[in-house]
Amino acid sequence: MQTLHINGDTHQLDVPADMPLLWVLRDVLKMTGTKFGCGIAQCGACTVQLDGKPARSCMLPVGSLGDQAVTTIEAIGATPEGARIQKAWLKAEVVQCGYCQSGQIMSATALLKAVPKPADADIDAAMAGNICRCGTYIRIREAIKQAAQS
Amino acid sequence: MRTIKILMGLACLVAVVGIGFIAWTVLGRDPIHFAKGPRVTLAAYTGPSVTGAPPDLAHADLVMRGEYLTRAADCQACHTTDGGVPFAGGRAFKLPFGTLFSPNITPDQATGIGAWSDAEFLRAVHKGVGRGGKPLYPAFPYAAYTLLTDDDVLAIKAYLFSVKPIHAVAPENTLVFPFNQRLLMTVWSAMFDADTRFEPVADRAPEWNRGAYLVEAAGHCGECHSPRNLFQAIDNRKKFAGAVADGWRAYNISSDKPTGIGSWSEAQLASYLTNGHAAGRGSPAGPMREAVDMSLAHLTPGDVKAVVAYLRTVPPIADPALPATLAGPAPASAAKGPDGNPHGKALFAGACASCHDWTGSGALTANATLTGARAVNDPSAVNVVQMILTGNHDLVGKTQAYMPAFGPAYTDLEVADLANYVTARFGTAGRPIGPADVARFRQLR
Amino acid sequence: MSRLSDHAAPSRRAVLQGASVAGGGLLLGFSLPRAAKAQTASASGVFAPDAFIRIGRDDRVTLIMSQVEMGQGIHTAIPMILAEELDVPLSQVTTEEAPPNDKLYGNPIFYIQMTGGSTSVRALFMPMRKTAAAARAMLVTAAAQTWGVDAAACRTEAGAVIHDASGSRLGYGALVDAASVVPRPESPVLKDPKTFKLIGTPAKRLDTPDKVNGKAVFGIDALPDGVRFATLASCPVFGGTLGACDEKAALAVPGVRQVVKLDTLVAVVADHMWAAKLGLAALDIQWNDGPHAALSSVDLWGAIGKASEADGVTAQKIGDVDAALKGDGVITASYELPLLAHATMEPMNCTVHVTPDSCEIWVGIQVMTKAQRIAAAITGLPPEKITIHNHLIGGGFGRRLEEDGVGVAVRIAQHVDGPVKVVWTREEDIQHDMYRPVYRNVMGGRVENGKLVAWTHRVVGPAIIARYLPPAFKNGIDVDAVDGAIDLPYDIPHLRVDYVRHEMAGVPTAFWRGVGPNSTIFAAESFIDKLARQAGSDPLTFRRGLLAKNPRGLATLDLAAQKAGWGGALADRTGRGIAFQFVMGSFVATIAEVAVADDGVVTVKHITSAVDCGTIINPDTVVAQIQGGLIFGLTAASHGEITIERGRVQQSNFHDYRMLRINEVPTIAVHLVPSNEAPGGIGEPGTVAAMPAVANAIYAATGVQIQRMPIDPTLLAKKRSA
Ligand code: FES
Ligand code: FES
Repeated sequence: MQTLHINGDTHQLDVPADMPLLWVLRDVLKMTGTKFGCGIAQCGACTVQLDGKPARSCMLPVGSLGDQAVTTIEAIGATPEGARIQKAWLKAEVVQCGYCQSGQIMSATALLKAVPKPADADIDAAMAGNICRCGTYIRIREAIKQAAQS
Repeated sequence: MRTIKILMGLACLVAVVGIGFIAWTVLGRDPIHFAKGPRVTLAAYTGPSVTGAPPDLAHADLVMRGEYLTRAADCQACHTTDGGVPFAGGRAFKLPFGTLFSPNITPDQATGIGAWSDAEFLRAVHKGVGRGGKPLYPAFPYAAYTLLTDDDVLAIKAYLFSVKPIHAVAPENTLVFPFNQRLLMTVWSAMFDADTRFEPVADRAPEWNRGAYLVEAAGHCGECHSPRNLFQAIDNRKKFAGAVADGWRAYNISSDKPTGIGSWSEAQLASYLTNGHAAGRGSPAGPMREAVDMSLAHLTPGDVKAVVAYLRTVPPIADPALPATLAGPAPASAAKGPDGNPHGKALFAGACASCHDWTGSGALTANATLTGARAVNDPSAVNVVQMILTGNHDLVGKTQAYMPAFGPAYTDLEVADLANYVTARFGTAGRPIGPADVARFRQLR
Repeated sequence: MSRLSDHAAPSRRAVLQGASVAGGGLLLGFSLPRAAKAQTASASGVFAPDAFIRIGRDDRVTLIMSQVEMGQGIHTAIPMILAEELDVPLSQVTTEEAPPNDKLYGNPIFYIQMTGGSTSVRALFMPMRKTAAAARAMLVTAAAQTWGVDAAACRTEAGAVIHDASGSRLGYGALVDAASVVPRPESPVLKDPKTFKLIGTPAKRLDTPDKVNGKAVFGIDALPDGVRFATLASCPVFGGTLGACDEKAALAVPGVRQVVKLDTLVAVVADHMWAAKLGLAALDIQWNDGPHAALSSVDLWGAIGKASEADGVTAQKIGDVDAALKGDGVITASYELPLLAHATMEPMNCTVHVTPDSCEIWVGIQVMTKAQRIAAAITGLPPEKITIHNHLIGGGFGRRLEEDGVGVAVRIAQHVDGPVKVVWTREEDIQHDMYRPVYRNVMGGRVENGKLVAWTHRVVGPAIIARYLPPAFKNGIDVDAVDGAIDLPYDIPHLRVDYVRHEMAGVPTAFWRGVGPNSTIFAAESFIDKLARQAGSDPLTFRRGLLAKNPRGLATLDLAAQKAGWGGALADRTGRGIAFQFVMGSFVATIAEVAVADDGVVTVKHITSAVDCGTIINPDTVVAQIQGGLIFGLTAASHGEITIERGRVQQSNFHDYRMLRINEVPTIAVHLVPSNEAPGGIGEPGTVAAMPAVANAIYAATGVQIQRMPIDPTLLAKKRSA
């Protein structure tokens, strides 16, 4: 039995401790906003936040979460940084297919929280783990800067 | 007359020096010489048995005990190719003078050991002499296995005979002259294979002696961790002081505090050997990862304790190439830390930070912790490069810790830049390595 | 009756004549009959003048979308065209996924219901306008009849018909019943483009709000009641089969329900993906490798090299090239492209529920009817018993023009009681893709007095078209493979393009973003730079000379050159390179600026693209597509290569099949040329442009020309003696 704190709710789940959070979210809790891209922490599509820090849920065993609060894309808009990022994302029309964007937004939000006025180097360091196959990087950079300004 | 006397004197001197040299090298072959103390035969040793399977398996049948001992001796690692059938052989060992391939040790009659008698098997394991009197290359660690009791060797044989026979012929060795002359091995064996069974130290505890048996006879730890002499034999005078094996650095595991394992706690040692990770000490990789996955992780807790107890008594030898202190955690901010290597940093940001974190503390699982790991605190960066090239995979812990192999798709220059960034950020940056170094490491594999 | 196909873009003849260039690219034919029958029944309270438009009494306009959204913004662009011509605010339009039906919703360019080849706007611009104009005319007639006034005295605005003289005004919703009995006009009057209010303005995309909050539902997110989760392993060698596989080890994993063994694969069905993955990993699977067990990349390169020695079939001929090639100044070169995987961010997946008399499918796919047909063929059910719920696609790039994944999932689902979601791991996705083939282009040319007088281009590669769209494979020529080569925008007096069909046994091939022009334009534009050097001319000047009769092309090239500061000073080992192209109906001139370090590492610093894609629907989307397309092409140029060893694909995930990351991309500036010409495609041209632009910039910076993708930095390291 695992106890998970997700988006303010507490779940008691009968899942193995070594099961990655990604599959618990998607297949058990039916929260499909968090995406599967690679399964080996190389693409960032599955990014969630643990106590505000970005984490790749595909390699994150639920048994290791402890009391940490998990935030997913479904609830990130309720945080001030999340709301600003989402707004900037729409303003800059970042999104193409959208599949990577949950992860991008989770990483960008965490960045904004840690570094309120990120420079290009900060954006590179924080966002390089998130692949976008559609190539929306130019606008991701723009949108993060816009959000930092707002 | 005078000339003759001088010549004779000289000849004597040469003989004395020669004999002395041989004696000196040969004497270095007793792995527990450091323990001093009186040695007794196993029969004369009082107290619980220090050989065989552990008491936990007292009632198990011969094959099961054999399986345990096969694991303790880690036969599978060498006798299996990557992804191949266990024990079917064919694994390549690249040496400076050619490549050796391990033989098939499944009980296949034609291509394996199915037709071997007990005596033949014992002779091979103890003396390094194969079927039909063919001398074996000491890549097969018979100089260590010679310490195994007959019972234990035959238990291993019983286990090997219980696995599915596989028809598989290993590729021909590609050694150059004179190393392709197997007869030379006879000379080598005479010098470096003591051909004696394990003799406990009478005044040491059974646990220590059990540990010695597991480490020296079965585990053959010295094969990787001890430096070798001129003849490529283990030099037990520098016991466990560290060496390079299979292109990886097998670190100093003597009890030296700064550069060995002297400052590791017992729990850290046990955890490293059996869980594939020790808090604050990193995770095994490469050949050590294999040793953990295939061998050490399968030892009983009692045997692990014995191994640890024994290891801690090995006299300290400092490794001057390693820094005396380990670097602490790196800054949490990506903006801080080493600059001057933007290319390496960019690669780290893209492919590495997700798992290792900018602090090096492991973002997802503890196994990915870099802080405190010897590899990042090794100025040669050998193991860092090897890790980047070949990746790592935890097969024992259920942590699903996994690092992909970046070698195939990253250039030598990229790997060098990345390795330099990693050692600078998380350890003691040494001489920066270059693409030519990486190319060399690739060759070693 | 209106047929979408009546109005699709003009043929490539126009292109070849160098005049009024409007079509171009992969245009296969437009004359297939297709019915867009008016269903003017008012019983439902809906005005449905044809298969595309429905207007309800509540004023809502529903557009039945034949094209799928995979990031290219088509679910905004087509509604914009409709809203413009129908005269309703964009916010009043809702889209609905079209059911599979080639007759009603076939892409006029490809005969079948398909989204691909950068054709959606090209194919649907005029038909959609015409259908909306007809609907608008019918609404106006209905209003005029209601008021007893002359229809000509009425106008429309913001979803209402207005009679200014009387001040009367009726919303479309109020006219639904009356309009339904108005005969549909044969040739409705279209709006004058000068009066466009929506087309050409940057509209906010309709699909994006749900993509920033996790609500958007992709195929992989489908969760029908009772769904189980499956993942699979296919034989690692193409054409091989499953040998022995004892399922016990998988069934021992908690959560695993079932192991499905088919001829070429094993799937593990479980309560969640994690259990399915563990179950699969636990299996000891024996494969029969089959006939391709020894195939390697070296063989592939060797075979295509040999094939390229043949003459092939002539696909284009101007003047007398053989005569023109006689004399001094002949140069030759060859340009090659490797196998590539699509690596869409959303891994392959498909959810299927098969019962004895039905088959329900949840998927995101570019070809609805093909998916339906394969499911029907496998299950033996009639097509109408196959229901497909099409979803948003997390990246298509050609991968989802193939229905192979649907076929696999249906075959697995036949053995499962209840719905099953089959998800490919990334490893399986990359190792069982259908790949962009290996292409080789052999070029020859002759320069005389600084002018290009003769040009030969031999394209060697498989005929994907022959498999994919057999009717389009005519005279032994794959129109996709030679696309871009046979309709060069340059004026060259003597030219011949040949095609050598060379299939690659053991590697399935398919379309990939940029399709044929990726190979032909990389070759042609690289070779142009080589010829320019031979002619002692600057790459810009040389191209300008070849574009004298092509004012649109010239203007696009000049715009790019001016914006990029062509000719400006550059540091040592830094260079600018041009790629100019007319593909998919759009002119794109691209200038890349690169710096090559002494160790050979290439940094692409900046890219400038000028784009004339005819009438622009949503300029912001055009810019986004060019940006994304360029980055897609840069990924291929920097890292893209699939290799085969022992019949197996060597790459498996993003660590060894690398994608460009945010810290590797250059700055990109896209400049649009205003135009009223027929719209061109924009999804793929950026990808096509990236490879030659960067290669030419490297050529300028180092004097070394990259002739095989991806870029090998070791070729570019500064020689020690230099
Ligand atoms: S799915 Fe987790 S990082 Fe790619
Ligand atoms: S928007 Fe498609 S992968 Fe990023």
